[in-house]
Amino acid sequence: MSVAIYVPCDSAAVSVGAGEVAEVIAQIASQRGLDVRIVRNGSRGMFWLEPMVEVATPSGRIAYGPVAPGDVAGLFDAGLLEGGAHPLRLGPTEDIPYLKRQERLTFARVGITDPVSLADYEAHGGWRGLRAALAMPGTVIVEQLVTSGLRGRGGAAFPAGIKWRTVLATSADQKYVVCNADEGDSGTFSDRMIMEGDPFVLIEGMAIAAIAVGATLGYIYLRSEYPDAERTLYAALAAAREAGVLGRDILGSGKAFDIDVRRGAGAYICGEETAMLDSLEGKRGMVRPKPPLPAIAGLFGKPTVINNVITLASVPIILDRGARFYADFGMGRSRGTLPFQLAGNIKHGGLVETAFGLTLRELLYDFGGGSASGRPIRAVQVGGPLGQYLPASKFDTPLDYEAFAAAGGMVGHGGIVVFDDTVDMGQMARYAMEFCAIESCGKCTPCRIGSVRGVEVIDNVRAGKRRPQNLALLRDLCDTMVNASLCAMGGLTPGPVLSAIEHFPEDFGITQANPTGAKVS
Amino acid sequence: MTSSATIIDDAIAANRALPGALLPVLHAIQDALGFVPPDAVPRIAHALNLSQAEVHGVITFYHDFRSSPPGRHVLKLCRAEACQSMGSEALASHLTRRLGIAWRETSRDGAVTIEPVYCLGNCALAPAAMVDGKLRGRITADALDGVIAACRRDREGAP
Repeated sequence: MSVAIYVPCDSAAVSVGAGEVAEVIAQIASQRGLDVRIVRNGSRGMFWLEPMVEVATPSGRIAYGPVAPGDVAGLFDAGLLEGGAHPLRLGPTEDIPYLKRQERLTFARVGITDPVSLADYEAHGGWRGLRAALAMPGTVIVEQLVTSGLRGRGGAAFPAGIKWRTVLATSADQKYVVCNADEGDSGTFSDRMIMEGDPFVLIEGMAIAAIAVGATLGYIYLRSEYPDAERTLYAALAAAREAGVLGRDILGSGKAFDIDVRRGAGAYICGEETAMLDSLEGKRGMVRPKPPLPAIAGLFGKPTVINNVITLASVPIILDRGARFYADFGMGRSRGTLPFQLAGNIKHGGLVETAFGLTLRELLYDFGGGSASGRPIRAVQVGGPLGQYLPASKFDTPLDYEAFAAAGGMVGHGGIVVFDDTVDMGQMARYAMEFCAIESCGKCTPCRIGSVRGVEVIDNVRAGKRRPQNLALLRDLCDTMVNASLCAMGGLTPGPVLSAIEHFPEDFGITQANPTGAKVS
Repeated sequence: MTSSATIIDDAIAANRALPGALLPVLHAIQDALGFVPPDAVPRIAHALNLSQAEVHGVITFYHDFRSSPPGRHVLKLCRAEACQSMGSEALASHLTRRLGIAWRETSRDGAVTIEPVYCLGNCALAPAAMVDGKLRGRITADALDGVIAACRRDREGAP
């Protein structure tokens, strides 16, 4: 019988050579007449170990990594197919502490299955949530979601069930489900990992949303920077149609639903839901004023469920295992799990799905192992480019939406970017404004003009020009942006700027001996 | 060799019936030609019942769409926070200095166009780059030099 060898097809794993490793494994196995079956799985999310190769043995899967193409012959010599000893052997995959300590609900199958194999998906609990939903009226599905406590995982943390309830209650001849897969924030890759590693779970989640609210058409708005995810999604959608999960008669229920993929075009603002709708309609991605809410008048003016990838991918397990099962994870009003993403200058970067409530310190040191450079961690940005920069004194805050907000941070989508002590926070504050200037849709003045002026004022502060006055001006400008911008882009850009000044004043020329920054050295 | 006019008309014909067809049309043209030629604008506008100003507005709003042909290869370097934390700004200066060009320009020999990108979703293996749609992780100055050399050797262009 052939032995299964798993080599990830995840684009991050491929970016460090997983494709070459898979080729060399196939080549050597064929030269040696070994009966192996290479499965291109999703990534387990331990990126410092990629390319991580796993072999299926009678006692479970054994991992090796990071494997270079040149290591492969030696691995076979060491008895790779029996899980033999080798310096790269990591032991049983499930026993690797980084993975063992996680609570994987949304990512339950990622890295375990062949992402586009329907047989694998079914064998690992696939479509059970959808089958359960098909037996319920829409109102019951929506109430399940409300009870689960699931909140939008794209960053805004709005209760998903409430949004669905609004769409369900709005009557229209056409409703839509739109998946926001415009994962543009630096430090985030969980959406990409789902789409490349378990695309059927997203399809299942969207189908459940459609059944719940009475939508018949769905769109996945995918950023153009993810070509591998696009290919995987098209393959998975074709397979799902073939299997009758999508189409005119979902699993024989008589209900219709289908999904189309739309590629974005490199505009960060299209991750904002109303700009995304304009982009889907074939226009410039301009932010719309709210109201009307997209749940009432969304895509092409019709009621639209908009959720991000992780939110929708978390729906099937809620319908399968029940709302209580999901709600039993987490703390406070943050229920369930969040796939945190450890990124930037971190030794063990990757995906950590756990219940809400662990601290930043646990993530950074217990999981992350400290900085990649080996230098002290100085600043951490949580929640993407619009998230605050936090110093070490904040590392003991539990990661829970409310607790984190109380400490002056934003959990957002759980993306965490780590900086060591070589970072210049004046530069990072400037970059926050610069990024906003590059990516602003231009509709509202505080964002369009404020970001440009913000760069100029920060340049003056950093150059020591009339520093106390320019700092006051910067705070005033930030106040205008926070309170008068149309969307979160302009409204939250001051977050990283002001937190950098508050926590790292010395990088702006403010010290105890020079509290206003007036003196220029 | 299919003429660009035929490619443009085919891209329009294949996508015009889609709701919100403009982005799919523009992507189909750029996928085939590497850019959206200015003479495509009136054809698209006519087919989709839009003004030329609307089509132009969309092309120029999105960073992806080019109005002039790129080099034989396109190298995108991530300049967002996670990559900055691992030294991407030094790589960015290295790249522009090495090629003697600015962002979104093409090397004089036509081998490579360099573009900034803000996140490739490879933030745990920063710094990241993308070469002709292929993601690269833990990129170094030496690796970038290797990419440029490979682009220059390859006279045929991206597959």
